[in-house]
Amino acid sequence: MTTYFRDIWEGIVTVLIGMKVTWRHLFTPAVTIQYPDVRLKLPERARNRLYVNMDDCIGCDQCSMACPVDCITIQTIKSTPDVDLGMTSFNTKKRLYVAQFDIDIAKCCYCGLCVPPCPTECIVMTEVYEFSEYERRNLLYNFATMKPAEITEAKDKLAVYEKEQAAKKAAAAAAKAAQAAAPAPAPNVVKDSPSNAGSSGDAPTTGNAPVTEPKA
Amino acid sequence: MKEFLISLLQNQILVYTVMAFVPLAFVVPFALFAVWWERKISAHMQDRLGPMRTGGWHGWSQTIADIGKLIQKEDIIPAASDHFLFKLAPYIVFTGSYAAYAAIPFSAAYVGSSINIGLFYVIAISSLVVVGLLMAGWASNNKWSLFGALRSAAQIVSYEIPAALALLAVVMVAGTFDLQEINRLQGGWFWHWYAFSNPLLFLAMVIYFVSSLAEVNRTPFDIPEAESELVAGYHTEYGGMRFALLFLSEYANMFAVSAIASTLFFGGWNSPFGNALTGPWWGLIWFVAKGMTFIFIQMWLRWTLPRLRVDQLMYVAWKVLIPFAFVIIFGVGIWTLVVR
Amino acid sequence: MITTATTDGPTIRRTETIPGLRRSLRAHEMIVNMGPQHPSTHGVLRLELIVDGEIVVDVIPHIGYLHRCFEKHCEHMTNYQQVVPYADRMDYVAAMSNEFGYVVAAERLLGIKVSDKVEFTRVIMAELSRIASHLIALGTYGMDIGAFTPFLFCMRDREHILDIFETTCGARLLYNYMWIGGLSHDPPASFKDKVRDFCRYFKPKINELNELLSYNKIFIERTAGVGVLPPEVAVNYAVSGPTLRGSGVQWDLRRNDPYSVYDRLQFDIPVGKGIKGRVGDCWDRYMVRVEEMAQSVRIMEQAVEMMPSEGDVQSAIPKRIRPAAGEVYARTETPKGELGYYIVSDGTASPFRVKVKAPSFVNLSALPAMSRGAMISDVVAILGSIDIVLGEVDR
Repeated sequence: MTTYFRDIWEGIVTVLIGMKVTWRHLFTPAVTIQYPDVRLKLPERARNRLYVNMDDCIGCDQCSMACPVDCITIQTIKSTPDVDLGMTSFNTKKRLYVAQFDIDIAKCCYCGLCVPPCPTECIVMTEVYEFSEYERRNLLYNFATMKPAEITEAKDKLAVYEKEQAAKKAAAAAAKAAQAAAPAPAPNVVKDSPSNAGSSGDAPTTGNAPVTEPKA
Repeated sequence: MKEFLISLLQNQILVYTVMAFVPLAFVVPFALFAVWWERKISAHMQDRLGPMRTGGWHGWSQTIADIGKLIQKEDIIPAASDHFLFKLAPYIVFTGSYAAYAAIPFSAAYVGSSINIGLFYVIAISSLVVVGLLMAGWASNNKWSLFGALRSAAQIVSYEIPAALALLAVVMVAGTFDLQEINRLQGGWFWHWYAFSNPLLFLAMVIYFVSSLAEVNRTPFDIPEAESELVAGYHTEYGGMRFALLFLSEYANMFAVSAIASTLFFGGWNSPFGNALTGPWWGLIWFVAKGMTFIFIQMWLRWTLPRLRVDQLMYVAWKVLIPFAFVIIFGVGIWTLVVR
Repeated sequence: MITTATTDGPTIRRTETIPGLRRSLRAHEMIVNMGPQHPSTHGVLRLELIVDGEIVVDVIPHIGYLHRCFEKHCEHMTNYQQVVPYADRMDYVAAMSNEFGYVVAAERLLGIKVSDKVEFTRVIMAELSRIASHLIALGTYGMDIGAFTPFLFCMRDREHILDIFETTCGARLLYNYMWIGGLSHDPPASFKDKVRDFCRYFKPKINELNELLSYNKIFIERTAGVGVLPPEVAVNYAVSGPTLRGSGVQWDLRRNDPYSVYDRLQFDIPVGKGIKGRVGDCWDRYMVRVEEMAQSVRIMEQAVEMMPSEGDVQSAIPKRIRPAAGEVYARTETPKGELGYYIVSDGTASPFRVKVKAPSFVNLSALPAMSRGAMISDVVAILGSIDIVLGEVDR
């Protein structure tokens, strides 16, 4: 019997205590920020949309390999020695054209694993978080700045250069082979000019000289 | 009011039709306001802001926008449902809630229908809501809706009893069922109100208020629409205007029971300051203010308390409220004999 | 005897006997789906309830709706560090705890020892994560029971924790902060003060939550005596975490199998005592979580004092992770229970197999035992008190 009355009493008392708490909260100021009129300032380490500074990108592919969801696609083209691609802000020489640097920001999981491996700190996570698009293909960011004409030009140049290199190599190999296969040299052969090197047109091209395909 | 309309329109049927719509002119704007108010109160109790943008100042036209949205929705009726009952249910629920307004005196000058068994009529007609809820739950052809409807039926039917008993205590003191008469008997300063005239009647007021929470399916008795268990209980399958009508009838019912509580226990349209600030329009203001106070307390309880499980709910009705109500009736009966 | 359920088509079964149900009330049972989309199943979980009126005869959980092939992904990662963002996403409300478990396992496999600064920072992060997870557990539990307000209070408090996380590592929910051999970012200068401020802010909030919810008679009526899990049954089901401690079993991995620097910290292990009902009921599990939050605050206060401010958090991170072939099983105490990582290495840079023993998966298996004979409302209460996260159950 006493439990009956005690339960009723406890019920009433705890209800009133709860009501007191909510009554008090009726007069505390709200903690809501009225976005988008008011925006919170994000801390400086905020990890949101990725940005790549292509001037510094050396095409090393480290970020792409570090990404756990494979959202970064990089295609590079080796540059020929006569081209000067410039220096990064870390004063290192750039040797690769970056033909394609795509980040599928829809796949990105915002883990930030791509940021530490970059040797030039060109890929960063910015504080931009309002980047929704109406079309999903607009979420594929293309950071590379090379135009298609430039890309084909670079590829062709590389192909030509590599062909030349291959030819030179083949000529050198053939000359070496010829020299090794030749009889003992005459005592008064003049060994003055290295005339057996460098002449591209005369050396016989062997059919199986490896021609490296450009990384296209 | 009635005399004025008769002199204007000369036709009795027309007059009664017009008078039937008069409370609607109060109920619909009230429901729009009450939904907004509930959202604001719940928000501030939860350290939030609630509607802020629709209409500019604190989102005052949010509900109007919501109604506009609900009106233009596609009317989806589940294929396997009982179409006739499905469509009929919201109307019956609304009728049960709205018909009670006929006998509630809004002011000294206005009462829809001045019948001398006003209270009896109000209690009787508001139990029509149960039929509507059962129809809604059954016709939806959805197991969860059925659960909600069955629980709701059990709950409302059980809580009618302590509500009626508590009101009976007031009738014993007042000597009449006529609501307008009960109001007149509470004239004067606020200590003449029945809630303050006798501790037993205060307890009766508490019992009535708790039972009325169960009547309108508000937390802690909102098991029929237990949002986290049954999705939305008996009105899960309703969308668009049908849902709006069910929602409107819930708020209409809320005000109706608040109005009954304020009429019977807190003086209705009487001013708390005796003869100051009285008059037909002041009466309306006091009446609405008292109703709103009860509505506020109902909302306050909703956002504070968890909900009771259905068997605990029945326990509270049958084993707590009804015994106390009987004791009160007994006590009030002796008191009227001895004191009055 | 209850026949085993088949789930092709609505089979109607009869109960022979069920404790407490009179034979004369033998009725046809109904199969109700607390479907994958439901407000209170804490994620996509399908509970097939076989009910007799309101009384539940059996509960059959169907999982797999959130399976994302975490373990298979791990086999294709190019290195061990890449697993950490994936591990985050299992128990997404307490992501730091998942990372902690993984790095403890990987460091044990590689034989790496990290500095005190790293250890104490990890402990602070794990305890903040514990509080965050318990806040969600308690808030959503209140919501399941019908009290909507405590949920928002808990979310408000959780914002402070997420702010601390954001200033430290840049992300609010999924951090990729604990790396094998160290941490991804050095805690900022404001870190210690922020943690101390939070501890000071949070202690009165626990009292407020108790006033509003824990000692509310209606809440007690709904949860005390409901879903009793006796200690022997709990141990037999391999239940862990607050679900186990709610049944009165004093078992916490931070005390019984210490890892990191937990053996240098003073804290109590709250267990359920059946104050309001029976030992092992929902209220006990709930209260264990509330008291664990208070204990986490205590741990953080100590850890902040003991944490060295100087030191490089990345000094022990190996350049190339290529463990010797072998295997390791390491377990940590997450807010949900015992999280175990079983890593098998075949000597290459990428893991051969990562198997996760998820606490929510195991705790969920005890649900039918707890809810037979309860009412439908009770099933909701019991499920909420187990505190599962479907990301962890399904991985």
